[in-house]
Amino acid sequence: MQSWLEKQRYIVDFTMSSLLRRKVKNIGLLVLYTLIVFILASIIFFTYAIKREAAFILQGSPEIIVQNLIAGRHDLLPVSFLDQIKSIRGVANVESRLWGYFYDSLVGANYTLLTPPSQAGSLKSDGKKTFVGSGGSDIPTPTEEKNLYEYEGAPLEPGTLIIGNGVARMRSIGKGDYMPFMAADGEIMNLKIVNTLASESELVSSDLILMHESDFRKLFGISSTYVTDAIVTVSNPSEIETVANKIKKHIHTARPIIRDEILRTYSSIFNWRGGMMIVVFSAAVLAFVIFAWDKASGLSAEERQEIGILKAVGWETSDVIRMKFWEGAVVSLTSFFSGVILAYIHVFFTGSIVFEPALKGWSNLYPNFKLTPFVNAEQLTTLFFLTVIPYTVATIVPIWRAATIDPDTAMRHTGN
Amino acid sequence: MLSFLLLHASISRNAQTQNLQLKASLVHELGLTDLCLFTEARYTRHLSQADLYTAFQDHPLSLEHFPSGSFTEPNLSGIR
Repeated sequence: MQSWLEKQRYIVDFTMSSLLRRKVKNIGLLVLYTLIVFILASIIFFTYAIKREAAFILQGSPEIIVQNLIAGRHDLLPVSFLDQIKSIRGVANVESRLWGYFYDSLVGANYTLLTPPSQAGSLKSDGKKTFVGSGGSDIPTPTEEKNLYEYEGAPLEPGTLIIGNGVARMRSIGKGDYMPFMAADGEIMNLKIVNTLASESELVSSDLILMHESDFRKLFGISSTYVTDAIVTVSNPSEIETVANKIKKHIHTARPIIRDEILRTYSSIFNWRGGMMIVVFSAAVLAFVIFAWDKASGLSAEERQEIGILKAVGWETSDVIRMKFWEGAVVSLTSFFSGVILAYIHVFFTGSIVFEPALKGWSNLYPNFKLTPFVNAEQLTTLFFLTVIPYTVATIVPIWRAATIDPDTAMRHTGN
Repeated sequence: MLSFLLLHASISRNAQTQNLQLKASLVHELGLTDLCLFTEARYTRHLSQADLYTAFQDHPLSLEHFPSGSFTEPNLSGIR
């Protein structure tokens, strides 16, 4: 055992010096290889972390949202629909939501304007909200935590706003400042900012502006007989799907969206079949095909000569193959570890700065968020088998072919 | 160094549980439905709330032209 280890150590030493002899070529290969691993690992870390985070955060989203569709488009929901929904068996509670979008031409950003649900006029009952998933009990209920959209213990008053951190950053405004809006009737509304939402919550609240119901209705000219959509709470969580179907039967223009669909939307985001992802993955696969092709298509005259000399001085075929295996392993493992470490720093320390321009698209408002590092062995194993194994295997075949020929022929640069 | 980073992942995951709960609590209280990832268009801001026609709002044959559209896919399973 001791002698075997000694032998391996000498072969690795020789391999290292052999690699250093072709410094420029091997460093180039190492940089390129690391870059490919970095891109693939960054995508894997980012997509997995955001999916896990979305699954955790959105399990507190409404059980059923009911929209009104007119000509295939989302329209305002008449308040009379709330009573109809309430009368459906299995419905515990119906709350209306008032929300919409506002384009700020000053900074070219879209904001989401929202009235906190308790103010939007609801039909309350004794129904208790429920959570799905194992982590549901981890979410603090409103009574356990301070109310996140109140300030100094009081609910929002007319003429006041609470803004998300992204809005505050874009407009360079904060608590105590005024934000002007042009209402639907042309009147200028100057609303006072009384607080900003916590910066830790930017992933869900960066573009949010919370305002009082009366301000919202005045701003968009929406009468009190309409709301944007409705939140339905179901008595028995296992009946959510059934209740959603009943709502559709009772109100033909309604479009119920259940929480599972919301969660599914985010579990399928950044899917490898998505346009941008398939381009990146194809580029990485193509790069590996080129690597493998370069290796499998044969050795350079210099390498062939080296093998010939080694065999002439007494190396066995198995030693030569072992040496070349270590060469491939050193290159691919160094690249793998460097790529993975750089990707981890990129995704969880720098906020995926390389991906930001692509994720930002044409929007001006982009949240500053720090992802929770959800990394597991499965991700690293997948990456390992995608990158290290193909390269190492691709180096073995041509070496075996070169190592089995006569040393004299190899040194003369002829033969096959 | 990799094992150090994996240790960091484990420690910071526990440390950030409170942050995750804060976000989940905000989602619950305000009745939010989506992550604020893509604010460039209304149907990308609220992916789960968008109807299937919004991507083609300018014209029935108009191709989807926002970059974030290439990160997402339509959720057809819930159509009633």
